[in-house]
This record gives sequence, structure tokens and C-alpha cells, in this order.
Amino acid sequence: MKLHEYQSKQIFSRYGIPIPKGSVANTASEVRQIAGELGGKVVVKSQVLVGGRGKAGGIRLAKTPEEAEELATSILAMEINGLPVRKVLVDEAINIDKEIYLGVSIDRGAQLPVMLASALGGVDIEQVAKESPEAIIRVYIDPLLGLQDYQARDIAVGIDLPKVFWKSFAEICKGLWKAFCDIDATLAEINPLVITEENHLTALDGKVVVDDSALFRHPDLVEVRDFDYEYPAEIQARKYNLIYIKLDGTIGCMVNGAGLAMASMDVIKELGGEPANFLDIGGGAGAEKVTAALRIILSDPKVKAIMINIFGGITRCDEVARGVLNAINEVKPAVPIVVRLAGTQAEQGRKILAGANVVTASNLIEAAKTAIKLAKDEPE
Amino acid sequence: MSILIDKATRLLVQGVTGHEGLFHTQQMIEYGTNVVAGVSPGHGGEWVLDGKVPVFDSVKLAVDVTAADTSVIFVPARTAADAILEAADAGIALVVCITEGIPVQDMIRVRTYLQQKHTRLIGPNCPGILTIGESKVGIIPGDIALNGNIGVVSKSGTLTYETVNALKRADLGVSTCVGIGGDPIIGTGFVEILEMFEDDPHTDKVVLIGEIGGSEEERAAAMISQSMTKPVIAFIAGQSAPPGKRMGHAGAIIEGTMGLASEKIKALEEAGVRVARFPSEIAQLAKG
Repeated sequence: MKLHEYQSKQIFSRYGIPIPKGSVANTASEVRQIAGELGGKVVVKSQVLVGGRGKAGGIRLAKTPEEAEELATSILAMEINGLPVRKVLVDEAINIDKEIYLGVSIDRGAQLPVMLASALGGVDIEQVAKESPEAIIRVYIDPLLGLQDYQARDIAVGIDLPKVFWKSFAEICKGLWKAFCDIDATLAEINPLVITEENHLTALDGKVVVDDSALFRHPDLVEVRDFDYEYPAEIQARKYNLIYIKLDGTIGCMVNGAGLAMASMDVIKELGGEPANFLDIGGGAGAEKVTAALRIILSDPKVKAIMINIFGGITRCDEVARGVLNAINEVKPAVPIVVRLAGTQAEQGRKILAGANVVTASNLIEAAKTAIKLAKDEPE
Repeated sequence: MSILIDKATRLLVQGVTGHEGLFHTQQMIEYGTNVVAGVSPGHGGEWVLDGKVPVFDSVKLAVDVTAADTSVIFVPARTAADAILEAADAGIALVVCITEGIPVQDMIRVRTYLQQKHTRLIGPNCPGILTIGESKVGIIPGDIALNGNIGVVSKSGTLTYETVNALKRADLGVSTCVGIGGDPIIGTGFVEILEMFEDDPHTDKVVLIGEIGGSEEERAAAMISQSMTKPVIAFIAGQSAPPGKRMGHAGAIIEGTMGLASEKIKALEEAGVRVARFPSEIAQLAKG
């Protein structure tokens, strides 16, 4: 789950990381009021969960509250990379001397948390990693000990930070690490962390991604979740503990297990078809889940045929078969369904489906070929 | 013969009184696994499955009474990290965690802690281990494989069943099948399992089933080209997956250019691994 800039910075602030004075607003008149209270120049920043805000004109400097209101009116009417702007952050304008990158994430290769820093801040860090990897300092953190003072100093030295900032920089590093742990983040970054002309360190922009698996520990974050950047069907799927990812093809897929679901898509593609979605009904899927899954697949009007591929392990084929039967009766799909069952209770499952209006297949390739053919035969 | 588990394995089931725990304990016993105990806090003193399995309140108690040496975990995600640590502290040598959806930071701490212990973790978010004809620890359907000399190691559950079943139809048998799990942080990686298969006298070939995300397959490729003498056949799932989307498994995500199926296939092929286009093609390649 991605957090907005204003949410990320509010969290950072709670951990002693200095952020610009500012406030979030839903309307242009609120923006004017906030700008008036801040006094002086302000920055009006669109809050959307997508990159490229600056390029799209979603971040603007205003000299007066009136100008801020005017800019906010246009920004709040914008759509940035397909996402509507619903909120803007109004921050005091900062006089920037230098921009730094500082972030914590999880390094899968090392299987450890890593703090990354670069003197080349304010730009896309992945770009920096690609073009000048030597400009990025990496410090691995023992998750049981946490970030140590010497590690923060190593980072400061590594990015040529003047000595006068070392102490405040170390506090920021430790605050960021603590925040990363406490909110179960998979990414917490300050980009840029700026040295102001007044010689202070300030987190100008922030980005946090929270681990979806840990959201049960963060009901407050779930409450403010912004769903704009996700497809409605993907959100709907999550309510039933299904994982659905929309693609562009014509063959709807319902599979148990992520690996088999990916392989099923791969096989469809390899045989000349186009999968309409990834859908993993997960382990132990019962009738209710299968019904929900079928509805979600059919919510995509491009779907011309459905392939259900189940290899039972923790999932029992008889339960899935009952679900399919139930779902067909309830949803009455207008497109053909190809079902392939194998593994735990597969025999019982096939018996349950014997009378139903589905095409059965004995293996994955046959199921995919049949689904591709049926999809082609369907009228546009 | 086999790796990790065999006839001598004395298994303990954490979460034995839950719906899945109970169902799969029954299946494991039917397969022939020596299930010596179950653990379910608050249910100590009870017996499950018609008096076949005694239940204890803690892993420590269960180990003291039954000398269990291996544990399989079926507890919910929010308590799974605790269950792994409990097993490690009770001296269990091999912990197999089936549970999906454990918070990443829990797993990072668990993994780091286990490095100071004599406990090997397989998983989490995995189907477990099956040594054909000897022992089953986890949820891999027992009847899908023949006894033989192909070692199987995989990130995925159901895709592994698909593959092993195709091997069976081609009259090819398996020594041990290991699911290492589809999470970004796991206890044991491809490389360590490949090393075990390389040393196992009853494994002649290895089938490796990988998927998009991370760089485990690339590490495996490096190890294979350096020190593996036995032939390896592979399949990589997710060639049709879009970037930036988590494909079901928490670890199955293409981030930038990292984790691409095409890169993994390239690395494996350069290491001399034959990579199948379809899951069912694995059996053909394994035959050759």
C-alpha cells in the first residue's frame, strides 16, 4: 500500500525528521487560507500516487495566497497519468542549497534491510543506480540490532556531507529506520532531503510503501487508503482474499496458486492466445470465493472464454467444483468455461461437474487450446 | 534416499487443531509420515485424529516428550513468525512453514535470528517437502509422484504438482521435491537445495522451477555453472507477467529490470541448463 507524500512526511515528522511547515487541503479556498497562515512563498503540490507530478505541472510555486488559490484550482482539476488530483499539499517554500537521497528498503539478494543514500538527490534513484551506481552508498542493517551510529556516519562520509551536518543527519537516518520498522514499510524514502540555504536538513518529499501483509497491524493506515491507483476489480478481489490483476486479453483465467496461475497465462500466450487476467484463488478456496472470482473475471467485457485450472494441494478440487457449480447457477455466464481439475479430491470434483455446462480438459495445454479456440469462436 | 526428510523424520505439527492443519496431518499420516505430536496452545492434553496424535501447549513440551526433530507450521500469518521462533528455540532442526502472508519485516527478523541457531527453515509460503515413499511434510499431494532419481526444487506449489505429475506420466520418478516458497524473504534458497541434491547419491538430475522476482534463479545459475555436475532442467513462470505487479506471490514482482523471466532464462541457459517452454515440456527434457 502506497502512502501519499503528505502522509509519509507526517510519519517522518513524528520520528524527529524535520519537514517543511505545511498542511493538506481538499479545496482551493483552504489552500488560500493555509498559504495565508504560512506567509511568504508556498509550494502547492498535487497528492497522487504516481510519478511525474512535477513534469505534469502538478507542483507549482506561489508568491501570494491568491496565487496559491489560483494554482490550486487548476491543479485540483488535473488528472496526472490517469489519476485525479483530490488533495494538494501546501508547504512553505524552501531555499535549496543541495539535494540528497536517503531511503530504506529490503534487499532481496542480501535478505536484509538496506539504507541507501546518494549525493545525487532529487532525481529518480533507479536512474542513478543504472547510470552511476558508484554514487549510491549502501549500508545493510541488522534487523535485530537496528541502524548503528557508525553506520549513519559511514553514510554521511560516503555522500561527502559536510561535518557540521553529521549529527543531525544521523538523527534523520535513525528516525527513518525507526519509522520504516514501526509502520512495516517495504520502502521509506526521503527524496530529496535538502540542505537549505539556512544550513538545515529538511525532508522535502517523501514516499512510503507499507507491506500489505502487515496491514492488520495498521488499521489507521487502512482507513485512509487511497484506492485511485488500483483497478476497481482488483480492489473487489482483495475483499475476497483473491489476487486479481487485469491484463488486456480475451481469456479469463482462474487458477489456484500463483506459480500455476502465471504458468497458465504463459501457456495461453505461447499457444497464441491472450490472457485477460491473472487470478489466484489461493489455498483452500471454497464456493463463495470461486463465485466471487467468476464475477470479477466477467466484469471485464473483453473476456470471451474462461479457463479454470486447479491442481489441488491445500485447495480441494471438490470444494472448487462445488464453487464453480454454484457460481454458474448464480452468475449464469454468457461465455464458455473450460475446467481442468487435478490433485487432491480431483475425482470427486469431476463428478460434481459432470452435469454442469462446462467443457472439461485433462491437462493444461488441452485446456488452454480449447479456451483459445472457444474465445475465437465467440462473437465480438 | 533423499534430502531433508526421510523415514526417520519425527514430525510435529504446529497449528494441528486448525482446519487446514488437521486435514493435512491426516494426509501426511496416510502417506506414512511419522507424525509424533501436534502443538496448539490451549489444547494441551487433547488428542486428534482418533487418538493418533497427542497435542501439546508448546513446542518445547512436545519435543521433550516425543523427541520430534522436524516441524511443519499451519498457523495464521500473524502468529507464524512466533511459531517459527518457538520451534527454533525448542531445538527443532528443520522447520517447514506453509503459512502465506507473513509480514516481510517479521521474516527478516526471523531469518536473521535463525542464522544464530541450528535450525533450517524451508518457506514460508511453500508447499513443503515430499520424499517419495518415505515422508511428506506439508501439503504436496502424495500420489502425484513416482519414486525415482530426479530432485525437484521450486518456488511455487501448484506449478510443482503440475510438473511432478507430468514426470509421473512420463514414467519418471522423483527423489525429493522441495518447495522453497514464493516470498521475498525465505529460509532456504535454490542454491542450498541444489548443493544438497548435488551431494545426494540418489539424485541424478534436478528440476528447478523458478518465477519472476528477485535474483534467486541468477544465483542458482552461477552456482550451477561453477560446481554442479548433475544436469539441471528448469522452467521459469511469469514470462507474460506485466512489470510492477505482484503476481500472487509476495516475491513475484518485476522491479525495473530486476526479476524478469527472460533474464533468468538467459542466465540459466548460459549455465548449461535446459529451460522448458511449457510446464509439460519439463518431463520431455528430463527424459533426454
